[in-house]
Amino acid sequence: MKFEDRKYILNALVKNAKTTAADLAEQLGASEQEVAAEIADLEKQNIIRGYHALVNEDNLHEKPVKAIIEVRVRPEREGGFDRIARRLSNFPQVTALYLMSGGYDLMLEVRGADLNEVASFVSSKLATIDGVLSTGTHFLLKKYKESGVMLLEEEHDERLKIVP
Amino acid sequence: MSDSRSCRDFVAPHIAVLPKSGIRYFFDLVNTMSGVISLGIGEPDFVSPWSVCEGTVYSLERGRTHYTSNLGLLSLRKAICDYVAEEFGVRYAPENECLVTVGVSEAFDLAIRAITSPGDEIIYHEPCYVSYATEIRMSHGVPVPVCTYEKNLFALDPADLEKAVTPRTRAIILNFPCNPTGAVLTDEQMRDIAKIAVKYDLAVIADHIYSELHYDDRPMHTVAALPGMRERTIFLHGFSKAFAMTGFRIGYACGPNSIVDAMMKIHQYAMLCAPTTAQYGAEEALKSARPDMQRMVAEYKGRRNVIVSRFNEMGLSCFNPQGAFYVFPNVTSTGLSSQDFAVKLLQSKRVAVVPGNAFGACGEGYVRCSYATSLEDIRTAMDRIAEFLDELKTEKA
Ligand SMILES: Cc1ncc(COP(=O)(O)O)c(C=O)c1O
Repeated sequence: MKFEDRKYILNALVKNAKTTAADLAEQLGASEQEVAAEIADLEKQNIIRGYHALVNEDNLHEKPVKAIIEVRVRPEREGGFDRIARRLSNFPQVTALYLMSGGYDLMLEVRGADLNEVASFVSSKLATIDGVLSTGTHFLLKKYKESGVMLLEEEHDERLKIVP
Repeated sequence: MSDSRSCRDFVAPHIAVLPKSGIRYFFDLVNTMSGVISLGIGEPDFVSPWSVCEGTVYSLERGRTHYTSNLGLLSLRKAICDYVAEEFGVRYAPENECLVTVGVSEAFDLAIRAITSPGDEIIYHEPCYVSYATEIRMSHGVPVPVCTYEKNLFALDPADLEKAVTPRTRAIILNFPCNPTGAVLTDEQMRDIAKIAVKYDLAVIADHIYSELHYDDRPMHTVAALPGMRERTIFLHGFSKAFAMTGFRIGYACGPNSIVDAMMKIHQYAMLCAPTTAQYGAEEALKSARPDMQRMVAEYKGRRNVIVSRFNEMGLSCFNPQGAFYVFPNVTSTGLSSQDFAVKLLQSKRVAVVPGNAFGACGEGYVRCSYATSLEDIRTAMDRIAEFLDELKTEKA
């Protein structure tokens, strides 16, 4: 498949993971099998790593709590930050983890049922791990945009109905 | 009654006879209904790129709220001339060969007024944008339409064009990619048209408003780049369609100094200058919004593929247009006129399309559908049109 078509498929799936191969085939003027094969290839090459629902927790009955935690760690002589990062990733509370440049080393996104759960994760798990030098916890108060989607935006089309 | 009578008496006869746009009646009808999916909108559904909006606001914060030069901001004209040279291969001088206008609408008006003397004939291809014929008549010119046909993919046939030329012919208007058909010209057709313009010493007004929106993998082209054409071509372009900036109202005209100067005179007295705030937005568009434009073009192409294949599947022959964001399916197989088709479809299925004859007599038998609307709405509209056709068939049987 052409490079642009592959890019088109990827863009479409990033925007809406539920876009079907049949829909994409129609948009590209290709066959459904060709598109399905291309998507399978993107998955096989680990370019597409998963498909997720984008959830606006504000509209949920029980609202989980999220925090961004800055962590400074002591890198190891061999392996640098990778071993400790892997260890931290294993905690189910950790939903994202990045190595950062700047004033701290690792950034964790942590999720819990309430404030207490996150606080106790930090004090009894995270801070006690050998190699963790300091932590700074920032609770998320409100989500405006995630994964490129404006969560507060209402769809509106104020165009005139007929325009020459 | 008596009021409107007394008002009407003041109106100049050549204005009084102008028809209201054929779209107007349809617009009023659509507005009485709710739940309508409109494929009748000739402007992008995308909001203007954020960088453009942000740059525009920044110009206000810096207090750039005064008149600009009559020609427009020099920095914008420089950016425009670089863009046109890079993308179309024709170099114009920002100092005196480029004029910033209030949309292509004003640029077109200026071009016609600058070159037309009473009785001059101006040739244009039909079906076409609704303003051309009336603009010509407002300048006391004579509109001379040349039909284009589905069998030629709605390109202007150079032979048909040449037949329309008379000693009174002053200019030819070209609009490819074309509103309402989405047609484009091949290089060869463009070359032959250019030869005719040179042979009969005609001016050419080239309306490039849809140029970036083309889906054949080749660079943009303009008749102005062909031999003998730069000196006789008025190159019109703007930001409305490709950059999704219709509300900014910025367009431009490039051409030989003598013509741009004449257009400038009219613009100077009638308009003074294009809105300053919007000019800054346009400058920002050329600086930073080209990736946004490319993303929109890719999306239009996907939608076009969907809408064309759906129309053909449901048995309305629809040629695959290579440009703009319109398709122009043939509805003659239904036995209905364009107008009846559009009205019935609207009333029974709440889908708005524009009757082809709104774009000139030879648009009869077709309807214009814009795919500048979401894929989801396009799919729903296509389902409804397919149902409509089925019901027509059972009605007939
Ligand atoms: C062919 C054509 N020319 C000119 C215009 C006017 O564009 P602008 O917004 O630049 O005035 C349009 C708008 O629909 C158009 O379709």
